[in-house]
Amino acid sequence: MDLLEYQGKQLFAKHGVPVPDGRPATTVQEAVEAAEELGYPVVIKAQVQIGGRGKAGGIQLAKDRAEAEEHATAILGMDIRGFTVHELYVEKASEIDEEYYAAIVFDRSAKKPMAMLSRMGGMDVEEVAETDPEAMRMLHVDPLLGLQDFHGRRLAFESGIAEDVVRPVGAMLASLYDVFVREDATLVEVNPLLITKSREVVALDAKVTVDDNALFRHPDVAELRDPSAEDPQERMARERGLTYVKLDGNVGILGNGAGLVMSTLDVVAQAGGTPANFLDAGGGSKAEAITSAVEVILSDEKVKAVLFNIFGGITRCDEVARGLIEAFEQIKPDVPFVVRLDGTNDKEGRALLAEADLPNVHTEATMLGAAEKIVELAR
Amino acid sequence: MAILVDTGTRLVVSGITGREGTFHSLRNRDYGTNVVAGVTPGKGGQDVDGIPVFNTLHDAVEQTGANTAMVFVPPRFAADSILEAEDAGIPLIITITEGIPAHDELRVYTHLERGTSRLVGPNCPGILSPGKANVGIIPAQFFKEGNVGLVSRSGTLTYQIGNELAQRGFGNSSIVGIGGDPVPGSSFIDMLELFEADPETELIVMCGEIGGSAEEEAADYIEEHVSKPVLAYIAGFTAPPGKTMGHAGAIVSGSKGTAAAKAEALEAKGVRVGRNPTQVSEIAVEILGTRV
Repeated sequence: MDLLEYQGKQLFAKHGVPVPDGRPATTVQEAVEAAEELGYPVVIKAQVQIGGRGKAGGIQLAKDRAEAEEHATAILGMDIRGFTVHELYVEKASEIDEEYYAAIVFDRSAKKPMAMLSRMGGMDVEEVAETDPEAMRMLHVDPLLGLQDFHGRRLAFESGIAEDVVRPVGAMLASLYDVFVREDATLVEVNPLLITKSREVVALDAKVTVDDNALFRHPDVAELRDPSAEDPQERMARERGLTYVKLDGNVGILGNGAGLVMSTLDVVAQAGGTPANFLDAGGGSKAEAITSAVEVILSDEKVKAVLFNIFGGITRCDEVARGLIEAFEQIKPDVPFVVRLDGTNDKEGRALLAEADLPNVHTEATMLGAAEKIVELAR
Repeated sequence: MAILVDTGTRLVVSGITGREGTFHSLRNRDYGTNVVAGVTPGKGGQDVDGIPVFNTLHDAVEQTGANTAMVFVPPRFAADSILEAEDAGIPLIITITEGIPAHDELRVYTHLERGTSRLVGPNCPGILSPGKANVGIIPAQFFKEGNVGLVSRSGTLTYQIGNELAQRGFGNSSIVGIGGDPVPGSSFIDMLELFEADPETELIVMCGEIGGSAEEEAADYIEEHVSKPVLAYIAGFTAPPGKTMGHAGAIVSGSKGTAAAKAEALEAKGVRVGRNPTQVSEIAVEILGTRV
């Protein structure tokens, strides 16, 4: 789960990472009130989960009430690379002296957390990594010991940051590591890490990703989920406990097991089709789950045909067939279906489908045959 | 021969009295696996269809000589259960549970790495050695004994590929699910090493997916250490970046972890990569000859 900047900063403040004073706002009036309360100059920042906000005009300085109102009006509702701005963050403006970069990331290949520091902040990190790889210093951290003071010192000295801020930057790294562990984050990034004219160290931005599997330990964070920013089909699927990812094609896809569904998308693409979604109905799928999944898939208006690709292990093909028959009774789909049932109780499942004789439902014996058929039907 | 589980396996199931735990423990026993014990705190002294239940893994090991643990407990308790199994001295811990927090997995992985116990999973379907033992949720009816070792990050995709191979007459030495999480206890490399040493295995099929770099690391390992033919499949060519595709570990981050990069890395080291499950079985025929 990716947090918005201000949500990340709330977690930062909770764990002692210094951040500028600020207030979230969802209306122009709220934004102006926040600005008045904070005192000018303030920065009005679009809250969307995508980089490049500044370049898109989503971050503006306001020196007085009129400017605050003008910028808030312009930014609310703005489209930034496909994301609509529903929230603003109004923050006390900082006097910038230097901009660094700091992060704690989850290094999957090393299976360790990794602390990162660079004196070149405020820009695209991947760009820095390419043009000047030496500028980004990285150290792995033993997850059983946690970040030690020496990690912070080494990163600070090796990255060549100003000597007068070595201590406070080290302290910030330690606090960021606290956020990383205590909030079950998989990414904590500060870009830029700001050194102000008065040589104070503050996190001017915050990018935090929290592990979805750990949300049970963080009910406060789980509540931050922003349904307005979520795709309607993805929200509907999540509320029904289905694993669904919206894509931009026209072939609806349902399968059991993440790997098999991914493979199904690939095979449909190889056959010349474009998948509309990823939907894993899960192991041991029962009839109700199938009915519910069909509703989610068909709620995407672009879907012109639906492919069921089931290899029954724990999942029983007769249950899947029953779910599909039930779905047809309840929602009467008007697009063609191709159903491939293989594995546990496949004969029973196919027999049920043959008996039900559902309109425009085709059965195929193999995954490749099913992919070819669905692509033909979606044309 | 087979790897990891066989007729010498003495299985203890952590979470045996839960609905899924009971169902699969009994299925594993029906297959012929020697299920010697179950553990559920507070239910010691009871039994599940004749399988004795203990309060702790330590009691189970002491009284039954269990040498393999299967963890079936809910995500919030799973890390504790794995650590308990390690502390009780169990050399092989197979964790089926999906949804364990990544930080728990990091701590468990780091601790186990310093000891001698091996963890397979989490978020995996388990291990099947056809004709010998089944530990987990793999539907054993589709597989028979043979010379193909199969290792995979995904359950149902393994069944699909295993079934395609079976239709062409191939059987399996062992089928190992290493799981779809970002911090798997065992990697492709760990299983490649075991299959390389297993005299029954003549072909190794590895089934990867997007996310992380385990396939790329396996490619380098294969070049240096594996003499047997290896055949691969990678799922997720059409996955968009930044989206988790069902498995917690299946995510393309920026330009990293794509299926195309993995297939290229493997092919660069001479590993053939099937573009769909059917093609995998066709290449297997080319490598091992027709079996039907």
